[in-house]
Amino acid sequence: MPTITYREALNQALSEEMERDDKVFLMGEEVAEYNGAYKVSQGLLDKFGPKRVIDSPISETGFTGLGIGAAMYGLRPVIEFMTWSFSLVAYDQIVNNAAQVRYMSGGQFSVPIVFRGSSGGGLQVGATHSHTPENWYANVPALTVITPAFPDDAKGLLKSAIRSNNPVCFLENEKLYGYKDEVPEGEHLTPIGKARVVKAGSDFTIVSNSGSVHRAMNAMKKLEEQGIHAELIDVRTIKPLDFDTIAASVSKTNRLLIVEENKPFAGWGAQVAYEVQRELFDDLDAPVHRLTSLDVPQPYNGRLEQAVLPNEERILAAVKELLA
Amino acid sequence: MPAADPDVKRAKTNSQTRLPDLQPKEKITLLRQMMLIRRFEEKAKQAFTQAKIKGFCHLYNGQEAVAVGSISVLNEDDAVITAYRDHGHALARGVDANACMAELFGKITGTSRGKGGSMHFFDVKKHFYGGHGIVGGQIPLGTGLAFAQKYLDTGRVTLAYMGDGAINQGAVHESMNLAALWKLPIIYIIENNEYSMGTTIARSSAGDPLTKRAGAFDMAAIQANGMDIDDVRAKTFEAVSLARTESQPTLMEIKTYRYFGHSMSDPGHYRSKEEIEKRRQSDPIEIYKARLVADKIITAESYEALDAEVTAEAQAAYDFAEQSAEPEIETVFEDIFAPEDQIFEFRPEPRY
Repeated sequence: MPTITYREALNQALSEEMERDDKVFLMGEEVAEYNGAYKVSQGLLDKFGPKRVIDSPISETGFTGLGIGAAMYGLRPVIEFMTWSFSLVAYDQIVNNAAQVRYMSGGQFSVPIVFRGSSGGGLQVGATHSHTPENWYANVPALTVITPAFPDDAKGLLKSAIRSNNPVCFLENEKLYGYKDEVPEGEHLTPIGKARVVKAGSDFTIVSNSGSVHRAMNAMKKLEEQGIHAELIDVRTIKPLDFDTIAASVSKTNRLLIVEENKPFAGWGAQVAYEVQRELFDDLDAPVHRLTSLDVPQPYNGRLEQAVLPNEERILAAVKELLA
Repeated sequence: MPAADPDVKRAKTNSQTRLPDLQPKEKITLLRQMMLIRRFEEKAKQAFTQAKIKGFCHLYNGQEAVAVGSISVLNEDDAVITAYRDHGHALARGVDANACMAELFGKITGTSRGKGGSMHFFDVKKHFYGGHGIVGGQIPLGTGLAFAQKYLDTGRVTLAYMGDGAINQGAVHESMNLAALWKLPIIYIIENNEYSMGTTIARSSAGDPLTKRAGAFDMAAIQANGMDIDDVRAKTFEAVSLARTESQPTLMEIKTYRYFGHSMSDPGHYRSKEEIEKRRQSDPIEIYKARLVADKIITAESYEALDAEVTAEAQAAYDFAEQSAEPEIETVFEDIFAPEDQIFEFRPEPRY
């Protein structure tokens, strides 16, 4: 099996889906001639030409709404936000149009659009550029929200997202673009709405997503040295959440730690915590524990930012408390 | 007629696609459409006062010539999108009056199965893309429709309407830039009824006339008299020709006036009864009626007969809406997701 980067996996997904379906096009800032701010769209302009790979002016509201209108008309746009932090400029278009036009029209129109781009902190780019807004979008009915943590899922889920007939928010992680791992050859589709058991274990369950999955994996190496084996679940799709996979694990291990980069209030993990205590109350040997970023804007200073993130140190402390 | 601004770039008219002269029957059709909208809106007003219509209801009375005139120069498969004062545009596009009234009443037989309401009429078969509540929010959508029309090489165009209040939204400026930059076949139509809810143009917008804004993007701009359906037709046709033959956008400002408040909730303290009475002297239906009578296409009697027809049609729509069923509660879970046909269905049941 080839080993490629998360970035390369996304590139393959875009290339394959654009080749498969003429109606798929990519639009965003610097996606064409610059080959993408994070090089996700490297080579696509050369391959598909300027009709299919389009550099847009800096107008998030404009090009997001344009994409939604084009989707209503029957095209399958992939709209890139240079970072999901910039999607906030287009929030009205995403929430009020992409997510609601079908309902408001009584089902007459569909919006087969994918919004994608990088997200996440840890790069010292400051408060306005470090958001992980998956929870803000997951709260909106009708939006599918996906956050892949591994290259194979990045490819398989982006392909599925493009083939979905409904609006998808696809949040990539900036720190993971260079991360290398195995990706199957040939047509590789990952099902939306299905979590992944990254590592089996019996002492407790970790539910996580995106960059935090890797933080959890690093913490787990240390725990294994102490003979503690966690079962790690990468939700992959935030909405619709795969509760069954989480339930199967928690009913086995009886303890749950959620690790998410969202800020705490109404982060996606709060929803998981609610559902677990609601449905699996009798299976729990301890309260559900939840580790998030600190409830502060993201600072620039490196040490400060690492302290804000759900870092390894805080994960290990939370595990200690969970298992006490 | 407003004087044309000499600095405003005129749309180039392709002489091979001159607006064809209308046959008498066609003129009567246009008159009838305006009259139907007028009577429909009066019925809606009545229904709202009877609490059969809830929420917001923005009536089009006075502006009929804008929707009817501009839409009448389109082909059936061109696209139309507008804001929330959308009853007139829907009816002008041929959306069924019964279904429109039923939607106002929130019934299952409504254009959106009761899920949209007054601000959200849609009809995919009539290429009517809504019906939108967020001021200016529909303008990027319309720009996307035109983008798709060009991408798919359809030869079609898009009319995207907005009020004078919408033009200051960033969404509108961004859209205009995209349309001009990428040469999209779209006509942005400002229905300038001089009031953005309770705020006059003078209090909301810097830069006069509004069409000047097109100049910032090297975009063509045209003004029209919204009380004269023939002027609306002629000017819209120029813009439509430009879009269809050269794929260039136009910004149109059609000067019009609304007789009723911004919505049914608006007591209208910002203008005088005298002003409204005075403006009613330039009623678009009366103006066109007088023209057709002068051209001996209709008589006072045949006009009355027409009025009786459309009044009956509006009443029939009201009755249809009254008698239609409410949607079942379970339908709240319907019409959210399009069925998947390329990947497996990952939302078979609602989870919450």
